[in-house]
Amino acid sequence: MLFTSYTFIAFLCVMLAAYFLTPKRAQWITLLVGSYVFYAFAGAWYFVFILFTTVSAYIISRLLHRVKQKEDEYISSVKDTLGKEERKAYRARSKKKRFNILLWGLVLNFGVLAVLKYTAFAVTNANNILALFGKEAISVPSLLLPMGISFYTFQTCGYLIDVYRAKVEPEKNIAKLALFVSFFPQIVQGPISRFGELHEQLVAPHKFDLKNFTFGVQRILWGFFKKLVIADRVLVAMNTMLDAPENYKGAYVLLLVILYSIQIYADFTGGIDITIGIAEAMGIRLAENFDRPFSSKSTKEYWRRWHITMGSWFRDYIFVPISVTRPMLRLNKALTPKCGRLVASKVVAYTARTVTWLATGIWHGAGWNFIVWGLLNCLVIIVSESFEPLYKKFHDKFPRLTSSSAYGVFMSVRTFLLMSVIRSLDCYRNVPLTFSMWASMLTFKGIGDIFSGGALELGLGVSDFLIIFIAIAVVFVVSKISDIREKLYQRPVLSAALCVTLFISIIMFGAYSVGYDASQFIYNQF
Amino acid sequence: METVIKMLKELHPDVDFESADGLIDDGILDSLDIVSLVAEIDSEFGIVVPAEEIVPENFNSATALFKLIERLDEE
Repeated sequence: MLFTSYTFIAFLCVMLAAYFLTPKRAQWITLLVGSYVFYAFAGAWYFVFILFTTVSAYIISRLLHRVKQKEDEYISSVKDTLGKEERKAYRARSKKKRFNILLWGLVLNFGVLAVLKYTAFAVTNANNILALFGKEAISVPSLLLPMGISFYTFQTCGYLIDVYRAKVEPEKNIAKLALFVSFFPQIVQGPISRFGELHEQLVAPHKFDLKNFTFGVQRILWGFFKKLVIADRVLVAMNTMLDAPENYKGAYVLLLVILYSIQIYADFTGGIDITIGIAEAMGIRLAENFDRPFSSKSTKEYWRRWHITMGSWFRDYIFVPISVTRPMLRLNKALTPKCGRLVASKVVAYTARTVTWLATGIWHGAGWNFIVWGLLNCLVIIVSESFEPLYKKFHDKFPRLTSSSAYGVFMSVRTFLLMSVIRSLDCYRNVPLTFSMWASMLTFKGIGDIFSGGALELGLGVSDFLIIFIAIAVVFVVSKISDIREKLYQRPVLSAALCVTLFISIIMFGAYSVGYDASQFIYNQF
Repeated sequence: METVIKMLKELHPDVDFESADGLIDDGILDSLDIVSLVAEIDSEFGIVVPAEEIVPENFNSATALFKLIERLDEE
């Protein structure tokens, strides 16, 4: 059930009405039933996997909690009689036991994800190697990929790690945990929520609040506007170029790179706006996933502003744990006398960062393009970090230039272009082809063609480009106004007029009105 | 506490660590510094800082870091 389908809009209306009409203490049950109904639309077989994740997470989290409880009870009972070293040794043994339990939970859940998502990729690559030795190929299995499996697996594994770290109390009621795993607005494309931030809100009663409801509906409309007016329209031109890449080289590659950035931004942030808006209408606050990423002045800053919940997941559950593992500490210790503290720490941090980015790439999809995308992002961050002392010298030498707004714009444009070019690996989905397209882009051949009518042969007319341009300008202006919704809430007539205008714009200029189908959200495929 | 200040000073000699209380929030310490500090705490005090303790609250000031080391030593 796509967010942009009439079925979903009908489902959402029924769901919101049911949620507020249900007695408060049972609202969470309505949410769970609604989430499962939503999931059922994707396919009955998918239930096997989401139920497996829920049940396994429930059992593992309860086991982790029981071992931790025993540990705490024992330590508190022998506090005055047992020495510090013995207490530490006991805690270490108990922690090891908990770690082994956690490991089971992670292997089971990531294992299912890995088998379903990456088997075909692994077999295809194995076949390439077998072909080199003249061996017979293995048949590539075609496995179903349950909707939202990457998102709910990561969210649930984050919960297990938080229980292991004793950061959260595990849920005693399996049905309530099932709601955390399957909450319908966010299951298809995130944001990846933390149990400590979301769970209490999901099971708490919520009164109908006009302000929350208004804000939620506004946000949903805003999401539809970005998705239907901008993303799906831009997609038409992109698809024309991607269907025959050999015909669109040189400056067309740059055009594609820029259009793809606009498209994925409008698509993904639009989807997240709808998700957050639905939750907000019910009084549930989800984590923000974007913070004006295209205004970032560096790659590092960009990744703090784009897909925030995914970035923080990888930081907290992969980068940090790897950085402080015993082998890494030993490596740091061994390198410090030879190369100095800074270099030793760099080796450790960069190793952890490379693994993290490799995992981020693999999470995005089963393809070499995603792996190369992850590693390229990592390389750019490491290189720019290494050049930081040089940048600092430059900034100190030319303070007036580097503090000017023009320089700020230059840095943002540079970051946008760099990130857009790397992202096009996802567009062509073929590494050698992407590299050859980048080489061709640098020639800027055909730039004149684009401006002398070539752009109008990509499936979009002048009016489409005009709509895209105006819509982007609207998105830009809105993003620049802080607390816009609070300001509008003080002026209800203006607020209502703008909402009606937004609604009419979606009807008139959205994908429904120009004869092509609303496409699936990009991140639904993960 | 002196050792903690010394460890921090080695990373950023120009920062007044006695009074600074937003080392992470203000972007003074980055991930590279944290990796370096965790290794240094291991060498100096024989304490391994677990991943769950690597949160801004524990690294925002010299005092917070000192308290973390004391707590981990005590546990």
